[in-house]
Amino acid sequence: MKSRHFIIHRLAWSVFVLVGLSILIFFIARVIPGDPARMALGPRAPQWAVDNLVKELHLNEPIYVQYWLWLKGVLHGDFGTSLVTRRPVSADIKEFFPATLELIVVAAIIETVGGILLGALSARYSGSWFDSLVRLIAYLGVVTPAFVWAIIFMLIFGYVWPILPILGRIDSNLTVPPTVTGLMTIDSLLAGDFEAFKSAFLHLLLPALALAMGGMSQAARITRASMSENLSRDYVGSEMAAGIPMKLIILKYVLRPSLIPTVTIIALDIAAMLGNAFLVELVFNYPGISRYGINAMLTKDLNAIVAVIMVIGLAFVVMNFIVDLIVAYLDPRIRLQGGK
Amino acid sequence: MSTPSILNIQDLHVWFRVYGGVMKVLDGVDFEVNHGEKVGLVGESGCGKTTTMKSILRILPRQAIIPKGKIIFQGHEVLTMKWRELQELRGQKISMIFQDPTAALNPVFTIGEQIKDTIKYSGIAEKDTETIKNIAIKALRDCAMPDPERIMKNYPFQLSGGMRQRVCIAMALATASNLLIADEPTTNLDVTIQDQVLNLIRTLVQEKGTSLILITHSLGVAREMTDRIYVMYAGRIVEMASTQEIFEKPYHPYTRGLLNSIPKLTGEGMMVGIPGHLPNYLNPPSGCRFHPRCDDAMPECRIKKPPFIEVNNGHKVACFLYKG
Ligand SMILES: Nc1ncnc2c1ncn2[C@@H]1O[C@H](COP(=O)(O)OP(=O)(O)OP(=O)(O)O)[C@@H](O)[C@H]1O
Ligand SMILES: [Mg+2]
Repeated sequence: MKSRHFIIHRLAWSVFVLVGLSILIFFIARVIPGDPARMALGPRAPQWAVDNLVKELHLNEPIYVQYWLWLKGVLHGDFGTSLVTRRPVSADIKEFFPATLELIVVAAIIETVGGILLGALSARYSGSWFDSLVRLIAYLGVVTPAFVWAIIFMLIFGYVWPILPILGRIDSNLTVPPTVTGLMTIDSLLAGDFEAFKSAFLHLLLPALALAMGGMSQAARITRASMSENLSRDYVGSEMAAGIPMKLIILKYVLRPSLIPTVTIIALDIAAMLGNAFLVELVFNYPGISRYGINAMLTKDLNAIVAVIMVIGLAFVVMNFIVDLIVAYLDPRIRLQGGK
Repeated sequence: MSTPSILNIQDLHVWFRVYGGVMKVLDGVDFEVNHGEKVGLVGESGCGKTTTMKSILRILPRQAIIPKGKIIFQGHEVLTMKWRELQELRGQKISMIFQDPTAALNPVFTIGEQIKDTIKYSGIAEKDTETIKNIAIKALRDCAMPDPERIMKNYPFQLSGGMRQRVCIAMALATASNLLIADEPTTNLDVTIQDQVLNLIRTLVQEKGTSLILITHSLGVAREMTDRIYVMYAGRIVEMASTQEIFEKPYHPYTRGLLNSIPKLTGEGMMVGIPGHLPNYLNPPSGCRFHPRCDDAMPECRIKKPPFIEVNNGHKVACFLYKG
């Protein structure tokens, strides 16, 4: 009963956040200087063509009317036309979003597993050489931006010791599997083409690792800190006194409360990857939504900007929702006291 | 003359590394418990009672060091014990009721989960779930807990302070076999429940022949429950005697001060207390650690540490006022 209440509450909140975000971004995109119609058509286009485009985009209407028209479209799955690609924005998103999604899923797995494992081991053996090593790497990981990792990995694994592919989504002499989900790995599996799957997967590794380094380091540090803190709690002493084996105490009794801050950090970092992937996608020449979004901003491609931001916003909302569920699972105080 | 002891602590030193130096908390504790005996440990807050008990189970925090001392339990040295043997000691031989039940319970697991794991590793039952559950329910019911089945499904934050304390007591009592350490077990309980719990401890000790160490701030409880009492001050045992002797013929100036500070039942006379406070462990006083607060301090108290010697049959004291 209580958990259903909790979920409905959170869902309503999510919708509210998304609507708020759409209003905000819609207005901001329109008030920043620069005439989108002129930019789309170029400086030499005749004035009548620009005027026509302005009318077509309803840019001459009051802004709340524009928003209303936009919202009506969105509810029918229509995000308008891109001024640059001249295709429906939704088609562009459908093409670029799965590529980034795939990248982020792999990065998220690396980040979660690596961060928790390193942090937990480091806390367990705190003071050892292993702990010092992890702390050093984690420190470097936090202060080094993802694109620097991207370049380092590219140099190491692409040139010095070329064991992994560094450009694009799949080997250029393989046939690209027919698009079903847009996720290259899944599509190649659906087509039964294991060679393509292997290639697509290997192409993901370096960009995903570069993307995950920062978050993984952050997660390792947080996990280490919260595990150390929990390890010094009295209940660990009483569990030891009861003769419960140390391994069980750590893996069960200490890990669960320690994961609460970690989960929050990881999830928000994953959502942020959608936007942060830009330079990594650029370095690895990876056709993802982050690159698309930055291009849209540079060209003031109004519909594309709003759509990309909405996708990123949606990702944050979904991740937040997932975090809330996981944290509620981990921490009964939140679950049973109504999400305060 | 003495019965063979179950626990014998000799010259135990425990230090804590902290920011700014080393806190020399325990400074040569001698402590003995005989089979089936009920021993009290009293002394003001911060004197090192809990630290001594945690040393026995080797559950001191990371920053603690034991530079010197011996802890012999049933003839085995605890401080050098192998992992496996230590596990057995903790699970099967010694149980401890912790001072702060809220901190001693894990906040994110149900009472049932915690009590069942405790029983599982205590070696008292075959490890099938049904038996364990029944033992847990009986243990809770013994501690005057209403509706144990429901309590097992609760998390610690859903219980009152007194209930949490009874849960901790239930866990310790259900698994106690050779030695029960009770660190202020009844502080959060109202008088009726307190009596009930104390009776429970007494019964257990009698039936199973379990030895008991009872730490308490209430001298009344100590008098009622114990055979023998140790008085601790700033990391040292300053006096030990049978309970009756401690109350009737206290030797050490600190013990006398402690007894004076009990409010008289008649209501006349204020609590006297002992002026001053515990020393700073980073830089403890030389000689007898009590000398700065002692009305009877002599020049030698500043210089030498008084030995803990027997001054009367079975009555030991660490004070230069008394010579063996
Ligand atoms: N982990 C620790 N780090 C540093 N100092 C500690 C630590 N644990 C205990 N101490 C210090 O050791 C001293 C003795 O503490 P202990 O808990 O043994 O006292 P106690 O006699 O049980 O007091 P109380 O009656 O209040 O429970 C205190 O001065 C305390 O500050
Ligand atoms: Mg204490």
